[in-house]
Amino acid sequence: MGSYIIRRLLAFIPTLLVVSFLVFMMTRLVPGDAAAMMLGQEATTEQREQLRQELGLDRSVTEQAITWYGNAFRGDLGHSYFLHQPVTEALVSRLPVTLSVTLFAMFFAIVVGISAGVVASVRHGRFLDWGVMLIAIFGLSIPVFWLALNMIFIFSVRLGWFPTGGYVPITDGFFEYLRHLFMPSIALGLAYTALIARMTRSTMLEVLQQDFVRTARAKGLGQRIVILRHALRNALIPIITIIGISAGELLAGSVITETVFNLPGVGRLIVDGVRRRDFPVVQGGILIITLSYLLINLIADLLYAWANPRIRYE
Amino acid sequence: MATAMAKGTTESLKEQNRWQRSALRYLGRSRSAQVGLAIVALAITLSLGAPIFAGTDPSAMEPTAILQPPSAEHYFGTDNFGRDLWSRVLYGGRISILVGISVAAATTLTGVLIGTVAGYFSRLDNVLMRAMDILMAFPPILLAIGVMAILGASLINIIIALVIPYTPRAARIVRAEILHLREQDFIQAARSLGMTDFRLITRHLVPNSLTPLLIQQTFIVALAILAESGLNFLGIGVPPAVPTLGNILADARQFLRTSPWMALFPGLFISMLVLGVNLLGDGIRDVLDPRMRR
Repeated sequence: MGSYIIRRLLAFIPTLLVVSFLVFMMTRLVPGDAAAMMLGQEATTEQREQLRQELGLDRSVTEQAITWYGNAFRGDLGHSYFLHQPVTEALVSRLPVTLSVTLFAMFFAIVVGISAGVVASVRHGRFLDWGVMLIAIFGLSIPVFWLALNMIFIFSVRLGWFPTGGYVPITDGFFEYLRHLFMPSIALGLAYTALIARMTRSTMLEVLQQDFVRTARAKGLGQRIVILRHALRNALIPIITIIGISAGELLAGSVITETVFNLPGVGRLIVDGVRRRDFPVVQGGILIITLSYLLINLIADLLYAWANPRIRYE
Repeated sequence: MATAMAKGTTESLKEQNRWQRSALRYLGRSRSAQVGLAIVALAITLSLGAPIFAGTDPSAMEPTAILQPPSAEHYFGTDNFGRDLWSRVLYGGRISILVGISVAAATTLTGVLIGTVAGYFSRLDNVLMRAMDILMAFPPILLAIGVMAILGASLINIIIALVIPYTPRAARIVRAEILHLREQDFIQAARSLGMTDFRLITRHLVPNSLTPLLIQQTFIVALAILAESGLNFLGIGVPPAVPTLGNILADARQFLRTSPWMALFPGLFISMLVLGVNLLGDGIRDVLDPRMRR
């Protein structure tokens, strides 16, 4: 296991370097002049020149890349032209929002997804199975933002149970914090709940047909113990993989959820950045989300290897 | 020898035909495939026939009829400029369907090309697959947003921005198949008969490696439609004047309180379209991948 972890960590370093290089290249890949694009039509030549200098576009790519890596390594991701604020500062202040929504959504997806999948597999071919799978395929087909709009209309506008959007930090009261995050988390998590439910069901159906399950039943173990202790445990390996993939995508999916619910998170920062052509912010945001995504996938891989010894020796 | 080979070919063709017929029959029997196909066919007919079914121009403004609820005159009501939503939804559906199909077709092409070259020519394998790994290191929606930020808003750019994140997955699937096929006896036999690499690839390897990719690509249509509407909803897709389902929904946000129908119908259209594609995809997967039949 130790050598596997070291191997994976070593493979992680070049990925980090190349990914950040691509993010760095963004301003260079813009067709035409990135500075002119950011400033729009009314800008004077001096303003453009000044921004070109600030972005480092007047220097060679190599020189610029070295500076970028040096600064990024020290946590300096440049300055936002529109927010009048260092990009790192903007990201740090918005990260708790994104992490909160993602964690709640993941919690919801795992708990509800696995339970629904297990129930469906136990009641295979019956009404409940059919119902769960129908809801799951709907969950995979509804766009997050439309689901969110429906939830806002029903639970906020009509019933008034939840706020239509916005964020309250946990320090201003735990209850209000939860109330504001409840709908965004469910909207974000539903598609992955469906994915996990489908995966759990199909793996469980496979495991339930195996001999050891029959043996467990034959020796008189109760249904509960057979399902949870024997079958689910053996079905968990592929479920862990799908959870790992989901966790990373949930983080990226917050881009849309945060926009619908007006949450001041990293995702909305990126979207606003793209609209305003605020490249340093877009670069910083994409970099931080992608790094977290890679880190989550790495952890999922390590967990997977821990749960399944065959992987480690490949 | 020649007749024996010809006979072998006809028999394998017959075998293949029989298999295809049984697969089609199975697909016809699959309830989810039937429902999916019906929904998709309806959506495509309505959208392609938009000029016939819509009745009005999707951009025609009627200042005396803004934010009207659904009626016999405006089936889906009107928006804040008095534009007919039924017409805008149908025209928006065209863009969604166009993007979904284009992205799936283009990633099939790029995936087959990259996957085949990587799988067949071992010297290029490492370079190509590491490049694919790098693209997969980014979350797909974020990579698409990054590409849109670089290229700017337009329909063709949306397609490019979605082809890039979905290509690596397709390439991986094809490569795995090619690696497996390459070692099979019939490939060795064809090679020893003097078949060129190009012929071997186009006649034997690619056709035999397509099944797992095709299963995947139906779901890519669904994912691309969802991503396209998402990008447009965020306001970084096509220019706002073009009617797309995502654009209409973005505008509808402001009027959710007073005119909820503006958000209801475009969202329903996307959801049903994607549901249809997903159901069809499940059906196709059940037919082509018998292990999943249950």
